[in-house]
Amino acid sequence: MATDHREAEQPVNTSDSDFQEDVEFVETNCVPGKCNSAVFDTTDELDDLTLNLANGVIQNHRGTITSLIRKRAKRSNTLKDEEADQDLANSIASEEANSIEQSELSSELSEDENVKNGLEDLSLQDTESVPEESPSVTLIPSSSETDYVNSLEWKQQKKHIFILSESGKPIYSRHGSEDKLVTVMGVMQALVSFVQDDKDNLRSIVAGDHTFVFMNRDHLTFVGVTRGRESTQQMLLQLTYMYNQVISVLTHSTLVRTFKQHRNFDLRRPLSGAEKFFDNLLNLMDVEPGLLLTSVRCLPLDSSVRDIVSQTIVQHAKVKDLVFALIIAQNQLVALVRMKRYYLHPMDLHLIINLINASESFKAAESWTPICLPKFDATGFLQAYVSYLDEECQSCLLLLSVDIEAFYTLSECRAKIKERLDRYNALTAIGNSLQRHSYSVQQCSIGDLRHFLYKARSTAQYTSPELGPPYNTPEQQDRLFGLYHFLHDKVHSVSRPLKLLYHVGKYETLLGWVTQGFELYAVFGPLVTKNVAIHAVNKLLRWIKREEDRLFILSSVTF
Amino acid sequence: MSMRDVKVCLLGESGVGKSSIVMRFVADKFKQALESTIGASFMTKTILVDENTYKFQIWDTAGQEKYRALAPMYYRGSSAAIIVYDVTREASFLAVKGWVNELQRHGPSRIVLAIAGNKCDLEDLREVREKDAQEYAKEIGAIFCETSAMTSVNVAELFQAIARLLPPEDATDSLDQQRGGSNIKLRNNRSNRGRCCGGGPAAGDDGGGLQASRRSQRGTSYPS
Repeated sequence: MATDHREAEQPVNTSDSDFQEDVEFVETNCVPGKCNSAVFDTTDELDDLTLNLANGVIQNHRGTITSLIRKRAKRSNTLKDEEADQDLANSIASEEANSIEQSELSSELSEDENVKNGLEDLSLQDTESVPEESPSVTLIPSSSETDYVNSLEWKQQKKHIFILSESGKPIYSRHGSEDKLVTVMGVMQALVSFVQDDKDNLRSIVAGDHTFVFMNRDHLTFVGVTRGRESTQQMLLQLTYMYNQVISVLTHSTLVRTFKQHRNFDLRRPLSGAEKFFDNLLNLMDVEPGLLLTSVRCLPLDSSVRDIVSQTIVQHAKVKDLVFALIIAQNQLVALVRMKRYYLHPMDLHLIINLINASESFKAAESWTPICLPKFDATGFLQAYVSYLDEECQSCLLLLSVDIEAFYTLSECRAKIKERLDRYNALTAIGNSLQRHSYSVQQCSIGDLRHFLYKARSTAQYTSPELGPPYNTPEQQDRLFGLYHFLHDKVHSVSRPLKLLYHVGKYETLLGWVTQGFELYAVFGPLVTKNVAIHAVNKLLRWIKREEDRLFILSSVTF
Repeated sequence: MSMRDVKVCLLGESGVGKSSIVMRFVADKFKQALESTIGASFMTKTILVDENTYKFQIWDTAGQEKYRALAPMYYRGSSAAIIVYDVTREASFLAVKGWVNELQRHGPSRIVLAIAGNKCDLEDLREVREKDAQEYAKEIGAIFCETSAMTSVNVAELFQAIARLLPPEDATDSLDQQRGGSNIKLRNNRSNRGRCCGGGPAAGDDGGGLQASRRSQRGTSYPS
C-alpha cells in the first residue's frame, strides 16, 4: 500500500515543485469500499481480455453446473432425478438436431456470390464513406428497410455493432435489419478471412474518424464500428459483452456443437426473440459506467436494512441447489446471497440486470427461465426464478438454481421473503432509496467537483453521484461518458498504463487515479488546478469512506 | 366443498396470444402488443364451475423456438393443455398439429386437450376457417373454440369447459367414459362469432395424416 502512495505521487511531483507541502495523500489504509471477504468474482475483465482472445474460450468455472447437478443426484440418491435431467438434456439435444436439419438452405455457392457482391460494393462505398461530403443527400423517411440501410441516417449512427457467422451469415445488427446487410457483412467476412489466410488476426481498422474493431470467437465474428471516444480495447470489451449475451441464450457448448455440425447454420433462429436483449445491452453500455468498469452499482441503503434483506433471504430461501439469490432494483444491486465457494462475476450480473431491464414480461407474473452465465459456467443453464416483490415492480427477486423442478419450492420461498420484508418495512426502505435518486455530488461538499466514478477493486463495486448540471441533457451526458471513456483508456493504456492522470480539457479538468485498491475518475470545472484537484479527491475519498456502509456491500453473505 | 388443483399449460407459436388469454382469464385485462414471454410464467386463478371449485395453476410458456425444448417440463405434469393458434396466421394453425402430435406421443395419457383459435375479432384478416379447425379438433377429441383475448370472447368459457372435462380425480378407469361424454356447449359471449364445440368422441391417434405438414411448415416459417 505504501508503494501506491509513492507511485501515485510521482507524476505529479515532476511538474509541481511545491506540491509536497500542499498535498497530503490520504492515509494508506483508506480504501473506501474495501472488503476482505470477496463479494464478487473480481477478475478484472480488461486484464484478461487479451488472454481470453488468445484462448478464444471462457474457462472460468467450466462444468460447475454439471457437478452441482451430479451432487444433487447423489444426495437424493434416486436414479429418477438423474434420469429426468438426462431426459431433458436429451430432448434438448434432439430438438437441436432437428432444427439444424431443417436449416440447410443456402449453399456454398451463394456464399461466394455474397462475398463477391460485397467486394464489388466496397469500391462504391469508399466514395461514400464520409457522409459530411455529400450534403445533397436529403433524409427522406422511407418505409423500406433496404432504403434505411443505404440512407445517410444509417451511416451517421454513432456506433454500429454487427454479429455474423464464420461463413458470413448475418446474425445481428444494431441499426437496420440484418438481412438487408448481407453484402456489408460479406465484406467484413472477406476482410477477416483474408487476414486469417496469413495465419493472422484482424484486430482493428481506423478509417477517418471511424474505428472498426473485430473479434472472432467460437465461429462468430463480432464487429464494432464507432466514431465515439471508445478505444479499441473498450470496443473489444463491449463486443465481449455481446458474445456473453449470445452464450447466455445458447450456452457455449451448444454454439460450438451447432457450428461444428453445420458451418452454414442460421443462428438467428435459436436467437429469435433475443434481439431486444442485444439492443438493450448496447443501450445500457452507453449510459451505465458499470459495464465499462466491470463492476456493480449497489443501491444506497442503510447497512442495517441491507442486513435484514440478506438475512431474510438466507433464512427463507435456504433451499438445496440454490446457487445465487439476489434482489435488484432499477439496475442496482440491493442484496446478494451465494452458495459457499461460488462467486458471481460482475459481467454475469450485468447480463442478469439486462435480462430484467429489457423485459416487461416479468412484471406480469412469476417466471421461470433458463439462463447461462458465461463467467460462472458457459457450458450449462441455471434456472432462474424471477418475480417482483412489490406492486410498483421496483424490487426484483432472482433465485438461480440448478434444479429444473425447483419452481414451486422457490415460489414458496418468495412468498415468505416478501412477507418478512414487508413486516420489517424493508421494501419501503428500498422504495425510498430509489425515490431519493442516489445522491447528488453536492452532498460530498467538494467545490468544483462535477461528477466522479469510484470503483473499489477488491469488491468489484462502484459508486457515482447522480448526473446534475451541466450534465442534465442527453448530449451533455453523452459527452461526459465520452470523457470517462477517454480517461479510462488513458490510465489503462496497454502500452503505457498510468497511475495518475491530470488532464485539462476545454470544458473540464479530469483526474484519473488508479491504485491496487481503487480506481477513481473525477471531473472538475475547467479552472481547477492540480493542487486543488488532488486536495479534492483526497477529501472525496474520505467522504466515500464515511459513507461506505451505505454505498457498498461490504460483507459477503452465504447460505 | 373441496377445491381441486388443475395444472394447465398453454402451448403454441410465438405471438398467437397465449399470454393475452391468460391475462384476460386471470386479471380480466388486455394489453396491446404485450411483450413476448421469457421462459415461462406462472399464474393461478380459482373459479367455480357447476358448484365445484377449481384452482387453475397456469403455465404460460414462451412460443419462441429457443424455449421449445423446455415444453415437456410443463406439459408432463399437466392435466390439461391449451394449444393456441392465431386465426389470422395459417402457419400458427399448422403448428398446432405439431403440438398435438408431440402431446399424444410424449404427454401424459389422460391430458385434456383444448385448441383455441385466438384473435377471432380480426375477421377481416382471417386465414384459418373455423370449420377446418373444428373438424380437426373433433378428429383428435379436443375441446375447440375461437377466442378473443381483446374482446373477451370465450376465454372464461374455455377454462370452464376444461374443468368439466377433467377426469375424476380418483378413478383412473372412468377416463374414456368421461371423454366420450356429452358435448360441452360453450356460451356465446358478446359476439356471435365465437361458436364452440365440445370434446369430440374418444381421443384417437388419427392425427397421423396431418403429421407430414408439420415438417414442411416449420421449414418455411423460418427462411434462412
